[in-house]
Amino acid sequence: MRKLIEQPTFDATPQGAAGKSHKHESAERQVSGQARYIDDMPEAANIHHVAVGVSSVTTGTITSIDLSLVKASEGVIDVITVDDIPGHKDIGPVFPGDPLLAGTEILYHSQPIFAVLATSVNLARRASLKANIVISPTEACLTVNQAKQRENFVRPPHFMRRGDFQTSYAQSPIRIEGEMIIGGQEHMYLEGQVSMAIPEEEDRMLVYSSSQHPSEVQKLIAEVLDIKLHKVVVDMRRMGGGFGGKETQAAQWACLAAVFANRNKVAVKLRLPRMLDMMATGKRHPFENKFKVATDNKGLIQATHIEINGNCGHSPDLSDAIVDRAMFHADNGYFLADCYVEGHRCRTNQVSHTAYRGFGGPQGMIVAEAMMDAIARKLGKDPLDIRKLNLYGKDTRNTTQYGMQVEHNLLADLIDKLEASCDYQLRRKQITEFNKDSPIIKKGLALTPVKFGISFTAKHLNQAGALLHIYTDGSMQINHGGTEMGQGLHTKIGQIVANEFGVPLSHVEITSTRTDKVPNTSPTAASSGTDLNGKAAQNACLIIKQRLAKFYAEQVKGNPEQVIFCEQSVVLNEHTIAFTELIQQAYIGRVSLSASGFYKTPKLEYDRSTGNGRPFFYFAYGASCSEVSIDTLTGEYKVDRVDILHDVGKSLNPAIDIGQIEGGFIQGMGWLTTEELLWDTSGKLISNNPATYKIPAIGDTPEIFNVDLYPRANDEDSIYHSKAVGEPPFMLANSVWCALKDAISSITNYQTDPVLHPPATPEKVYNAVEQAQAWLEKQI
Amino acid sequence: MISFLLNNDIANIDQARADLTLLEYLREQKNLTGTKEGCASGDCGACTVVLAEVIGHDGTTRNNLEYRAINSCVTFLSALHGKQLITVEHLPDGKNLHPVQQSMVEYHGSQCGFCTPGFIMSMFALYQQAQQPDREAVIQALSGNLCRCTGYRPIIDATLSVCQNKQADKFKQIETQTVGRLNAINKQLISTDNLLVPTSRQELAAAKAKYPDANVFAGSTDLALQVTQQLKTFDKLIALCAMPDLNILVEQEEGLLIGAALPFGKIESSLLKYFPQLSELLWRFAATPIRNQASLGGNVANGSPIGDMPPALLALNAVIHVDNGTHKRKIAASEFFLDYRKTALETSDWIEAIFIPFTHHRSLVRAYKVSKRYEDDISAVCAVFNLQVIDGKIHSIYSGFGGVAAIPATVIELNTQLEGKTWSSNKTFEIGKEILKQAFTPLDDVRASKTYRVSMLTNLWKRFWLETNQSTQKIATRVVHVSSSNEASRDA
Repeated sequence: MRKLIEQPTFDATPQGAAGKSHKHESAERQVSGQARYIDDMPEAANIHHVAVGVSSVTTGTITSIDLSLVKASEGVIDVITVDDIPGHKDIGPVFPGDPLLAGTEILYHSQPIFAVLATSVNLARRASLKANIVISPTEACLTVNQAKQRENFVRPPHFMRRGDFQTSYAQSPIRIEGEMIIGGQEHMYLEGQVSMAIPEEEDRMLVYSSSQHPSEVQKLIAEVLDIKLHKVVVDMRRMGGGFGGKETQAAQWACLAAVFANRNKVAVKLRLPRMLDMMATGKRHPFENKFKVATDNKGLIQATHIEINGNCGHSPDLSDAIVDRAMFHADNGYFLADCYVEGHRCRTNQVSHTAYRGFGGPQGMIVAEAMMDAIARKLGKDPLDIRKLNLYGKDTRNTTQYGMQVEHNLLADLIDKLEASCDYQLRRKQITEFNKDSPIIKKGLALTPVKFGISFTAKHLNQAGALLHIYTDGSMQINHGGTEMGQGLHTKIGQIVANEFGVPLSHVEITSTRTDKVPNTSPTAASSGTDLNGKAAQNACLIIKQRLAKFYAEQVKGNPEQVIFCEQSVVLNEHTIAFTELIQQAYIGRVSLSASGFYKTPKLEYDRSTGNGRPFFYFAYGASCSEVSIDTLTGEYKVDRVDILHDVGKSLNPAIDIGQIEGGFIQGMGWLTTEELLWDTSGKLISNNPATYKIPAIGDTPEIFNVDLYPRANDEDSIYHSKAVGEPPFMLANSVWCALKDAISSITNYQTDPVLHPPATPEKVYNAVEQAQAWLEKQI
Repeated sequence: MISFLLNNDIANIDQARADLTLLEYLREQKNLTGTKEGCASGDCGACTVVLAEVIGHDGTTRNNLEYRAINSCVTFLSALHGKQLITVEHLPDGKNLHPVQQSMVEYHGSQCGFCTPGFIMSMFALYQQAQQPDREAVIQALSGNLCRCTGYRPIIDATLSVCQNKQADKFKQIETQTVGRLNAINKQLISTDNLLVPTSRQELAAAKAKYPDANVFAGSTDLALQVTQQLKTFDKLIALCAMPDLNILVEQEEGLLIGAALPFGKIESSLLKYFPQLSELLWRFAATPIRNQASLGGNVANGSPIGDMPPALLALNAVIHVDNGTHKRKIAASEFFLDYRKTALETSDWIEAIFIPFTHHRSLVRAYKVSKRYEDDISAVCAVFNLQVIDGKIHSIYSGFGGVAAIPATVIELNTQLEGKTWSSNKTFEIGKEILKQAFTPLDDVRASKTYRVSMLTNLWKRFWLETNQSTQKIATRVVHVSSSNEASRDA
């Protein structure tokens, strides 16, 4: 039946709305201040506000809590501690370990201990500072090394093996070891964590939460309130940025708001102030990784051992999958030959580090790039040659360290095209010449690839639902499980639906993500938003199209399989009817104009016990070339030019895809350059506000920034053969880090591979420059 | 009473908390939620709004509007008096988006959209300026707005494009009326119980004597942080906006006299006219919306060890004019900063003005700042040098440093030990390097380590030496574009 009216999609230019650079569905409302975020919503007259009281020490045992001054503070309505939570006290998303409010043990600095409800935001926040809590401090575990020594892990390790690493390593002529200390990253979504809970009849609850995962927020609220899930509705219209930071860690604030709303039967809002948001929520995991790599005399890899150590913070959160993804990407696009990849999930007394665009992938992939640079310097070759040499092959050397065959590999061709279009070889010569005559300013150049696996590695999450309503004027509402955080998901879904029915985009309204419309949804994460929800939405369209086709075919006595929807008409052979007309007739003819769609990603199978299988539906590819100038006196630098060629399959919306690529690149560049998380020796975050934590500003955008889409449809049957685009471009920024190292390496005439742990702040670049200069002096 | 135009409506506020921020007022009292709170510390720009103020071209008639973007989160309500406050909701003309909004849509410059209203307002302020901005000017204007989604490229393109085809928007069309409405507002901001607005030195002295605990403020960009970040409340504040002597800018025979309460936005062009070498420092000093509010006097008075301008004031031998209502005195910048956050100001004192003497036409001035990020970051190290060479010999060398000690500091030994030495000599360079290596014992902190700071002192000295010697001048020493500075500070 499905074949009935499905239109050819592969290689056919999608008609109507799909494939075009439509503006973001909210663009006009965003530029005029009309787009509503949760804190902008109309408030109930008696709404109250929550502030949380947090620990001022990193680890310890609470010996006494005196909240009398908090309770007596102006405007205070209610105060709760862990004892006031009616149901579950742990809101760990996958594994337990995340107390909603601290019990007796303090596990990290700024851990919430109590919460206070007051008549205004300021009164609540001021009251929250008046607690008298005595904590007997205990020793904290603050580094990956300490955690490893104490065998302090949040989850068991995981291994991937192929061949006999030890023998191959020992037999290879070139052997290199390296270590990388990789910084984490603050999400710095411009809209901080926020939620608003509105009590409804009896114990029912409506909650607005700035969350990438409304279904999980719904479940956790139900558990915390000790009610069934069907009593809770979570609504999410749009986030002011998420980037992974609102995948699991929006739940705590929604749960606290719900507890107060339930207890006091008033509307309640909880919005974290920026500094607390930065101190009390998890970040991109810092990693400390090691590698051993052996090659033949030409630099072709023979053996690899990679040890991945994620700093997970105090609880598992999503760290199991995050460290897995680092392991899945430690090869990037290169064949690791005989290899052994081990991944450890280290427990430290920091906030529980969490999802962040790339989800561990960047911290694994950068090891691969570090290895390429190290091999090239050792052999005196251009790192690009070593990269190309080690790419996965077409027929041989084409299996990953986890046993997945790399099919449809377009990386070699993509790199060749970029190398030509950005004049890599000519600029390489020019830069080498420039550096010879420039004692202070040095230039660097690097071209690095990206291969990123698309799918949730937890198989069950690769499913989605959608709900489509067509109204009697022919306009429609589509609702789906994905959340809009700026990435243009709703725009793309609207395009897909409009395309299916051959109607203008203005006929399709995308409504807020709600747990009562599409249930049991997956988080909008893993770049999968459009892949999953787009297919589910298309499925809902097909169901209604089948009904309409059958209805129309009966009327004109034709074959329903030949019905076509295009240009606001429905056509069957010589018969044509306006789409709206058919909808009205169908309504009169008692045809259901509402349908739910469903999708699950095919082909996935991964066995964690053997470290083998196919965790990804397909790979997205890209490459970037960055040119930088560094000031060897200060370590300051400038990214002068960036060229990117990226694979989004058949683009659903080139403008939105390019926006994801550029934005991802700059965010990745921030992670690798100026964004430095710093904790003091007691475990308190000191880069805890935007004055001390520096994300890229507008002047950091390279003046020459060429971005192109690689013109090839996805070989797998994804939605209109497009490819996911949220995370892969983040890692294109690896070329900035490699270019900085290239510039430093020029000081030693490219004979050394500088140690430059990311983020490469000016100070770290300067230290690497000094080391290079010291090396040079030793040679003379 | 604070009177102003809120978009198109006259607003009169009889009593308000003196520490009420503009952002709170807009979002919580006026339900104008287009203006967003991103950080409440003036670091992200999500709360940017525009103030239009009547100015006179020739000093006599007041008939033009000047538009400046500011951060509403660190601005107290009193700053609005006599001005038009424009928020993002007011930009469209009926159903038509303003050209800057339309351009942002067409260039796909919004993704999550949370930073967008702030960007729109900075773009709007730039759009209203007479000149046609180039890429650098666009970056300057938007340097206080952070975007985490787009990577900025489409925003830069949207701004360049719309500013190249400016049309008379609705604001220009009714400018005369707006000027008339603003001129009809009583110029004088009247004191209330919690906001004192002295208009003379006697009144200010009396206010300070009566309320010794009350803070004085000009731009409020620093003081407001105590409200938004530390949750402090100020029952009484003293505004300096109506103090005549604190709001003047005079180009005197011997130098520039800058009223302490003037925002940087209003003194920048004069400063750059006479001290073009400060351009990088000024460009890297906070971001445009902060500079449009923050005052030079506030920057000096708060005695920050980093301070941005104080190192330049030290190197340029500036003089701080201090008043207490009965007695005026002048304090050399080098004697003003005493200890961490402690200055030569007595409780009853205030800074009236800062005098910066013109440099000799042979003076070689350079101002350097090192920080993690170029725009809107606080210095790890700041170094300013002011050298006069006569016949190849050092006549004088004044200096100022920030970020390396408890106070902004000078290194007198550079002057005393290098005087008379040949500037181009390598030996001179080495002596200076040794002096600077020993001069300070900086600290490790979130911005930089102690060792890096010490290295920067000597390396910025090296950069200065390389840039000011003929034989080494051709060596490239900068990765960022720095406006070609005119060595002569004044035609004289």
